[in-house]
Amino acid sequence: MAELLIELFSEEIPARMQPRAREDLRRLVTDGLVARGLTYGQAAAFSTPRRLALVLGDVAERSPTLIEERKGPRTDAPEAAIEGFLRATGVARADLIVRDEKKAQVYFARIERPGRPAAEIVAEVLAEVVRGFPWPKSMRWGAGTLRWVRPLHTILCILSGPAGAEIVPVVVEGIAAGDTTAGHRFMAPARFRVAGFEDYARKLAAAKVVLDHDRRAGQIAADAETMAFARGLAVVPDAALLAEVAGLVEWPVVLMGAIAPEFLDLPPEVLQTSMREHQKFFSARDASGRITHFVTVANVETEDRGAPILAGNARVLAARLSDARFFWEKDLRVAKTGMAEWAEGLGAVTFHNLLGSQADRVGRIAKLAAQIAPMVGADPAAAEHAARIAKLDLRSAMVGEFPELQGVMGRYYALAAGEPAEIADAARDHWAPRGAEDAVPTAPVSVAMALADRLDTLTGFWSIGETPTGSKDPFALRRAALGVIRIVLANGVRLGLRQIVGAGRGDDLLAFFHDRLKVHLREQGVRHDVIDAVLALPGSDDLALVVARAGALGAFLGTEDGGNLVQGFRRANNILTQAEAKDGVEYSFGPDARLAQVPEEAALFAALDAAEAAIAPAMAAEDFAAAMRAMAALRAPVDAFFEAVQINTDNAVVRRNRLNLLHRIRAVCAGVADLGRIEG
Amino acid sequence: MAADGAGTAKAPRSFQEVILRLQSYWAAQGCAILQPYDMEVGAGTFHPATTLRALGPRPWAAAFVQPSRRPTDGRYGDNPNRLQHYYQYQVIIKPSPPDMQELYLGSLAAIGLDPARHDVRFVEDDWESPTLGAWGLGWEVWCDGMEVSQFTYFQQVGGHDCAPVSGELTYGLERLAMYVLGVDHVMEMPFNDPQTPIPLRYGDIFRQTEEEYSRHNFDAADTAMLLRHFEAAEAECARLLAAPAIDARTGRHIVMVHPAYDQCIKASHLFNLLDARGVISVTERQAYIGRVRALAKACADAFLTTTAGGAAA
Repeated sequence: MAELLIELFSEEIPARMQPRAREDLRRLVTDGLVARGLTYGQAAAFSTPRRLALVLGDVAERSPTLIEERKGPRTDAPEAAIEGFLRATGVARADLIVRDEKKAQVYFARIERPGRPAAEIVAEVLAEVVRGFPWPKSMRWGAGTLRWVRPLHTILCILSGPAGAEIVPVVVEGIAAGDTTAGHRFMAPARFRVAGFEDYARKLAAAKVVLDHDRRAGQIAADAETMAFARGLAVVPDAALLAEVAGLVEWPVVLMGAIAPEFLDLPPEVLQTSMREHQKFFSARDASGRITHFVTVANVETEDRGAPILAGNARVLAARLSDARFFWEKDLRVAKTGMAEWAEGLGAVTFHNLLGSQADRVGRIAKLAAQIAPMVGADPAAAEHAARIAKLDLRSAMVGEFPELQGVMGRYYALAAGEPAEIADAARDHWAPRGAEDAVPTAPVSVAMALADRLDTLTGFWSIGETPTGSKDPFALRRAALGVIRIVLANGVRLGLRQIVGAGRGDDLLAFFHDRLKVHLREQGVRHDVIDAVLALPGSDDLALVVARAGALGAFLGTEDGGNLVQGFRRANNILTQAEAKDGVEYSFGPDARLAQVPEEAALFAALDAAEAAIAPAMAAEDFAAAMRAMAALRAPVDAFFEAVQINTDNAVVRRNRLNLLHRIRAVCAGVADLGRIEG
Repeated sequence: MAADGAGTAKAPRSFQEVILRLQSYWAAQGCAILQPYDMEVGAGTFHPATTLRALGPRPWAAAFVQPSRRPTDGRYGDNPNRLQHYYQYQVIIKPSPPDMQELYLGSLAAIGLDPARHDVRFVEDDWESPTLGAWGLGWEVWCDGMEVSQFTYFQQVGGHDCAPVSGELTYGLERLAMYVLGVDHVMEMPFNDPQTPIPLRYGDIFRQTEEEYSRHNFDAADTAMLLRHFEAAEAECARLLAAPAIDARTGRHIVMVHPAYDQCIKASHLFNLLDARGVISVTERQAYIGRVRALAKACADAFLTTTAGGAAA
């Protein structure tokens, strides 16, 4: 057994591409080896900004010898066919084997594929992997033709065992594999020889390179926290930034500095965004939540403990923040005059060439928000006004610089314009939920605005036929629909979507909502068939109602009565469907209780009357539990009925009456749910 | 900035000293030191020594200062870092040498930035110029968190694959020099040696012009005229390229690539001015960029038919 170590050493690999690249290297090399019959034990991949590395443990010395027998032509086949077989298999005629088959003698070729040494296989696989590596973006350099994410300089590829290490002989477009690598670009640039993975990792560490990305990330997080704690601060967690920064350094050196006092009155979101986006700094906040310090991660240890580095970073930050303050102050001046300039400017921004400008869109949202307001307990005038205010920050300088601050800035500017808190909050909160983790708005004006915004987007794109297909959803309409669903359900909003989405294409949009609702509820553990069973009822454009019905039905189905009633219902339905198909009629004529032959049959009539009388008012009052109870009461009479009677009797009148009775079971239950949709 | 370690030059004392050191460094590396292109451009990349010479098979190595204009970046001379007129330093080498990164780091040492004392990092930044139909992969180079250069391996220019690939370096000279000189506001930066009898600071030379051009770019430039000129430049570019390759006067094969490309540069700058005046909507923007790109592509196509573009003479 040997150990295989591969390192692809290049100019700086983008941080965001490193995780995928590690995984691709591991997968492609191991798949390639296994496909050629070479087995291995363990695999681990690593990345730094300048290298991708892979180590495989317990690699077999050779691939096994394989013997294949291939059937050829009959011995009396034409000479040309036999020769063709010899050519295809590469076997000499004297080595052919003759076997008796059913009717004739047939030639067989025994092909032996000798096992190959690991180095030969590795060389073949590695060359193939390097040439075809699936970088999201790759490039050429110099006068060469090889593509890599950035210029590839050296390849280290060694197989090592108890006897020592051997270089795998592979050359890719002029780059010959060797057994050396280099340390940190500045602190230990000399090349050194490597004898195996352990030796590699140890020598790298001595040459100021932490090979393992997770260790670098862990080290950064721990050092930053320690440093912040010592000053009574806490680092604002940012996992994405941590992963990125760990991919930018080989030797992380964490430094913390103070934000100059003249910037501390900028909104914390602005500080954090500017520091993260431009400088890849973490933010540190004090006990009151105010961001006062930055944390930067250098790639080098210096004699002066990073003093010039920290000073330089602080100066760059000051320049960035003075830009941010320029935008902030410029925007505040516009805001304090009522933001009229921005309102005007929205007319010049195209939302979509078939759906008009942002100003047109705001007009539509305002109308819709006023219409929705009463349903969510908001004042229509306030909702309409919120809609006219909430998109204005699109024209602000700050949002122009940091689009992700849209909404956050809208709130600040609305407050500066003297708008009441509920309007300003709507400017920020109507964007929520932005993602699955995000909470939904709950303030009535925000809710009205958030719904109006998304419903306008959905109806707009539906009206011009721009609907999502497959994986394509360029306008994020699935997210918009899910937003509506989450807001409606979390706030218990009673809203008939049909009156908003209209008829025609609206039916299609309603079906889209139902699909998204099923996806959403499935994630919460609600069965899709339970939802299907209640969608047929009137009022299915009221999503809160649909979910309440589904909830009650789900609970009912979990009971013994529920399960048995579904069995009974299905039996009734099957018999009825078959009879209707056979007789070519619909047994929807009311059954006559006087034709009941046995007590169980009469009892079912009585039970159906009672259930029907109870179900209709319970459904009307949205007391779904009561409706379920009424339906549950049918279980015993239905079971007893099937126990006692034969539906398809010789007496045609009785038979017809019974089929009509079955139809009535279906009709009565249909007032609560379409039990026929329930699976299993 | 204190004196840096061995192997690194002493800190320069002025803006021009930074420029002069870069000039001698790259001259020593074998680059032809060219002079700025005499037209208004948005970036050094527009210099024909970069855009056109990156095309075709012929080896090329040049370095030069290029005054650059970004009308929307005007801040009336108030902003410590932003200018509507500034200087870029360009290095372009084809094919890109294998030690291009080391050469670049050497240039930082030449202006007093010792990588052992500073945090120099190559951070992903893919470069794309929609107006030039060009793109490349590379980095922005950070020194202590400050972007001091753009480092790009050109992959395509004017819609053509670059083969061989050129390595391009762009230094933002003011920003870099401010950092090296330890100056916080660009207008305070010594332009010549502060010990000379007539010391001049950056602001002594450019504060007034920044004010004037900011007013011009944002509020005064005649948009109707700019639009006319844009269309005229566009038409002239096409007309020049459409002329027969054989010159009637001399009988020689003369394709007017550079005169046509001048018109492309003009159109690009006029578009930038129109943009600064705020008269171009989001949808129109794309259309204008597309029109300039069409000119750049046509020039690139034509260049490849010339001797400099590698066509057989």
